[in-house]
Amino acid sequence: MSTAPPAQSSRASGHSDGQPWIYAPAPETVPVHIRPEYDLFIGGAFVPSKGGKRFATLNPSTEEPLSHIVEATASDVDRAVAAARKAFKSWSATKPTERAKYLFRIARRIQDKARELAVLETMDGGKPIKESRDVDVPLAAQHFFYHAGWCDKLKYAAPHLPDGDAPRPLGVCGQIIPWNFPLLMAAWKLAPALACGNTCVLKPAETTSLTALALAEILLEVDLPSGVVNIVTGGPNVGRALVEHGDVNKIAFTGSTEVGKKIAAACAGTAKRLTLELGGKSPNIIFGDAAIDQAIEGIVNGIWFNQGHVCCAGSRLLVEESVLGEVIEKLRHRMRMLRVGDPLDKNTDVGAINSAAQLATINRYIDLGVHEGARRETIESAPLPAKGYWCRPTFFTDVQPSHTIAREEIFGPVLAVMSFRTPEEALQRANNTPYGLSAGVWTDKGSKVFDIARRLRAGVVWCNTFNKFDAASPFGGYRESGFGREGGRHGLLAYLQH
Amino acid sequence: MPRIPVTKTCKLYINGAFLRSESGRSLAIVNADGQVIAQIAHASRKDLRDAAEHAVAGQVKWAAATAYNRGQVMYRIAEIMESRSSELVEAIRTIEGSSAIAAKREVESSIDRVVCFAGWTDKILQVLGNQNPVAGPYYNFTVPEPTGVVVVIAPDAPSLLALVTLVCAPVCAGNAVIAIASDRNPLPAVALGEILATSDVPAGVINILTGQRAELIAHVSTHREINAISAAVRDPGEAKALQLGVAENLKRVRLISEPKPDWTDDDQFAGPWSIEPFLEMKTIWHPCGA
Repeated sequence: MSTAPPAQSSRASGHSDGQPWIYAPAPETVPVHIRPEYDLFIGGAFVPSKGGKRFATLNPSTEEPLSHIVEATASDVDRAVAAARKAFKSWSATKPTERAKYLFRIARRIQDKARELAVLETMDGGKPIKESRDVDVPLAAQHFFYHAGWCDKLKYAAPHLPDGDAPRPLGVCGQIIPWNFPLLMAAWKLAPALACGNTCVLKPAETTSLTALALAEILLEVDLPSGVVNIVTGGPNVGRALVEHGDVNKIAFTGSTEVGKKIAAACAGTAKRLTLELGGKSPNIIFGDAAIDQAIEGIVNGIWFNQGHVCCAGSRLLVEESVLGEVIEKLRHRMRMLRVGDPLDKNTDVGAINSAAQLATINRYIDLGVHEGARRETIESAPLPAKGYWCRPTFFTDVQPSHTIAREEIFGPVLAVMSFRTPEEALQRANNTPYGLSAGVWTDKGSKVFDIARRLRAGVVWCNTFNKFDAASPFGGYRESGFGREGGRHGLLAYLQH
Repeated sequence: MPRIPVTKTCKLYINGAFLRSESGRSLAIVNADGQVIAQIAHASRKDLRDAAEHAVAGQVKWAAATAYNRGQVMYRIAEIMESRSSELVEAIRTIEGSSAIAAKREVESSIDRVVCFAGWTDKILQVLGNQNPVAGPYYNFTVPEPTGVVVVIAPDAPSLLALVTLVCAPVCAGNAVIAIASDRNPLPAVALGEILATSDVPAGVINILTGQRAELIAHVSTHREINAISAAVRDPGEAKALQLGVAENLKRVRLISEPKPDWTDDDQFAGPWSIEPFLEMKTIWHPCGA
């Protein structure tokens, strides 16, 4: 185990006492227009709910209300589905090259308003501005741009689809998205569905609806035909009404495995098509022959990106025993350099936890980890803002595979560190989970990279990198992490008859 | 005095061996005239579990074999079927009472179907996989991988063609299969097991159970070692029961719900979309020059 100070990148550098440099505040100051109240977006217009109550949507870093949105009723969902059904006939018959132009326009408008959307995303969800600015919003635009180009090429997308010269859309798609990447998930769901000629009813998560509603404003600006996209806000009852609606042809859900299973049961015996992108407990495997400093950055990005609110987070770290001490020491140093706090500050690495409920869940898991005998390490010294929902980046050592924190999805900035001796043991441990969403492997040995990547049971395998996403790259899981893919050529199949 | 024929004891085919049911049960099979013409093994839930255990082990080895090798083993199945075609014709006719010409045609179609899937082993990855042009310095590609252990629930007719079709689609891509034979005419399934035993198919890769369909499928959806189901369902109720069962563990299900599909249709039953339900798409990223 090395006792020398770890190599430092300029980003990770700090004072000799192991504390990060003190930076002056650097808040993002682009003004963002938020209406005091939002209605539902149905049939090409913002319309009042029929009987739905309003609730406040909070800024999780201040606990202040940003706006008031609607808890949609079953009758609102009915209206949204009817609007989508009505629009389906003309939208699916629209010349594909013309359909594409709307999607291109949406991509362009997202780029035009990128800074404003990033600020809104950060205010509504709590994620650091540098992530919403550099990841969420650019990727959302890319999804529309990428899929726009597919509209008139669907017949080349896959071999021998039914009606091969003009592959058929499914119809009305009910799409339910989570709170961790609100605008990006809306784009992941809407772009391929629209490119294939479907119409949509989108339900954002109840704590993060504002960027979806801002997207609705963009849809108006680009003159997307009425009813092609409808947005109903609210909680689980709205999602349930959509899932159980008799005139919905397809459900696409991203969220927890627990809810995914309920949706699968609700769709049993119906003609509804279903794709599920669910939870994970993804392994990140560090071999002794890896480039350790790069691997440390991968571990940091794997678990502390977006406060760990990532379904594919590398939340189980498996380190080869020979380098365990070195990895822990460097990880400890790197964790101390993370800046937790104001999500709108451009230097912030870890923002606010999305909601009080999620913070309580994460804290319960941290307590369980300590209670079950694992050793907790965190940044005790970092001051946290007085208001808002905060969780210090944390990792646990002395973790057994049977510990709750090594088995269950925490969805927070909490890493479980374990060790292994042989590649076989690493694989056995990595695959010993009902999930199979993502996995990471770090080694500089080429043949080993591909051998391990081949044998990991996961839908996305990051080799010598982690948490990379792209509109052209299919994303989705094995086993209880769900089925179906989003993105790339493979993602189109989720929205076409085949 | 006429010679007393030697009748065959029809057994389960599990892990490359012929076994009686652990339950000690057997079932009488009657022909169209109501005559008992065979006694078959009546598989239990425990037999299904045993088969699953062996299928898990068999699948790992099968998936690790080269696609070229899997293709040759499957082609060998067709070779042995051809040499035993008269036995297969009899197995179809004995109970169904179909004409010799129709039964012969079904056997020929079945053999050709196996040959078709033998050819898919080393092509399905190329047809369904691709490199992805991501916007960054990464080499990124998506490849199909086998889902794991697939339970096949075969229809009553065509007893041989539908069975080999549903078995070969997942097997060609590296999955292992446990086939639950038709309980109205299980004889072609029994004959197929005997063919597999002499076809170089590794133990555990294809397992065949006979018995009462409803009794066995009640346990299929909940079993944790089974990763997917391929079923020709008899009615919407059976379809819903299977879908409800798998909602708890999210195993993959492909249902054939049409009452009488044209099983000779290669586009429907021997194309990439008959294999794809038993594949998982894996996307692999690696930095490239970064």
